[in-house]
Amino acid sequence: MESLSNKRKVLESKPLNFWERAYLPAIVQGLSITMKHFFRKPVTISYPEEQREFSENFRGMHSLKRDENGKERCTACGLCALSCPAEAITMIAAERQKGEEHLYREEKYAAVYEINMLRCIFCGLCEEACPKEAIYLDGNIVPADYLRKDFIYGKDKLVEAPLNQ
Amino acid sequence: MGVVDILIKFGLVLIIFLISLVIAMYSTYAERKIAAFFQDRIGPNRAGPWGLLQPLADGGKMFLKEEIIPTHANAFLFIAGPSLAIMTACIGSAVIPWGQQMTIGTRVIDLQVADINVGLLYIFGVVSLGVYGVMIGGWASNNKYSLLGAIRAASQNISYEISMGLSIIALLMVTGTLSLRQIAEQQHSWHWNILYQPLGFLLFIVCAFAETNRTPFDLPECETELVGGYHTEYSSMKLGFYLFAEYINMFISSAVMATLYWGGYNYPGMDWVLAHTGPAIGPLIGVVVLFAKIFLFIFFFMWVRWTIPRFRYDQLMDLGWKILIPLAIANIIITGVWMTFIK
Repeated sequence: MESLSNKRKVLESKPLNFWERAYLPAIVQGLSITMKHFFRKPVTISYPEEQREFSENFRGMHSLKRDENGKERCTACGLCALSCPAEAITMIAAERQKGEEHLYREEKYAAVYEINMLRCIFCGLCEEACPKEAIYLDGNIVPADYLRKDFIYGKDKLVEAPLNQ
Repeated sequence: MGVVDILIKFGLVLIIFLISLVIAMYSTYAERKIAAFFQDRIGPNRAGPWGLLQPLADGGKMFLKEEIIPTHANAFLFIAGPSLAIMTACIGSAVIPWGQQMTIGTRVIDLQVADINVGLLYIFGVVSLGVYGVMIGGWASNNKYSLLGAIRAASQNISYEISMGLSIIALLMVTGTLSLRQIAEQQHSWHWNILYQPLGFLLFIVCAFAETNRTPFDLPECETELVGGYHTEYSSMKLGFYLFAEYINMFISSAVMATLYWGGYNYPGMDWVLAHTGPAIGPLIGVVVLFAKIFLFIFFFMWVRWTIPRFRYDQLMDLGWKILIPLAIANIIITGVWMTFIK
């Protein structure tokens, strides 16, 4: 049958000649190849001591941002939770009371803001959805832990450190 | 033979035993490190500096693992298997001459446990006994994979022992003695047997790979087909003994190869060194040289392991019966002709 691509390659299987059947030249060749690798620099990165450089658009752990006066930017609008394809984000909104103006930028804020790091797929859609530039995936790799409940990160782990400290 | 002589012999036995165990232990470490280097990795480096305590950690792990004897296994043979394997591995070192005679003061110390006049046959007997450990263990496990592994081990060892024996016959024609001490002495300075028996050495080393069940002849424990081969059912230190026996075997066969073909403790210029260092220190340098050769061979074993894929079973038999045995016989004939007409 005519081949469609005209790229057919005819393979001939010749019987092995004496040196090929003797194995030894091939073994020597193989040994020399492995010996070359013996002196090659290892490609291993010894992880905890040295870390691989991340690419510039690496998405790691989330952080909830503060504005230039140190107030939390998040207004608990819920767009991040809505946009999240893995449904990893939950929040409970609360109203800002008198005297809390230095803590929250808008009248509404997130009293509870939780991300389940086991569900999160680090797609960055929350980052895109946020109208207040409050959430960014600019952190490191989420560290390992023993219990599932410890992977639900609350505001204590997510909110940026206050400015004046 | 005085009490002191007996004590010295005993000390020598103890030292050799310890050395072969320590070398076997660190062979596992070396194997992992060397494998890593061949594959552009780093290898174990967490336990101690450069991972040097890794063998101790492994040993501790082996001892602490649960010891399982399957219900349908023959308990006595199940335990006898690994014991036999490690015992036969350890007693092989008795006839290897580790160095020239040492003279301290007036006392002459043989750096060899037993200079028996059939040393080579002894080694042979011990090596072929080694397969019993594997066979008994595989059979006693009452597991088809173990049994297949054991059968493979047995047939492989039988096939390759023939060509190994034939390759040694050619060597014996050259040396004219079975005593390893005399064979080593004949290779004084640079007159190594490898120069007279290159083909014999090639056959011998191929057979040594097969006898120690090392890749490319590791069909008895071929994990892709047979789970773990003959030690599928083994756990804890009984498994450790099997693995240990393999490394001791490797050490002993390296020592045998170095002694038979690569001059043993001899090295070019040894007379000069001996004259300048005296009869107490000089032989020790020979021991160091012998160990350097042994380590080179062990390295070669590992180098080959991480290079060559495993034989298929029929290829293994093909190589053993159709290639190695005829070659070994041809080697005998060539040696005979050479000895009759040229030498």
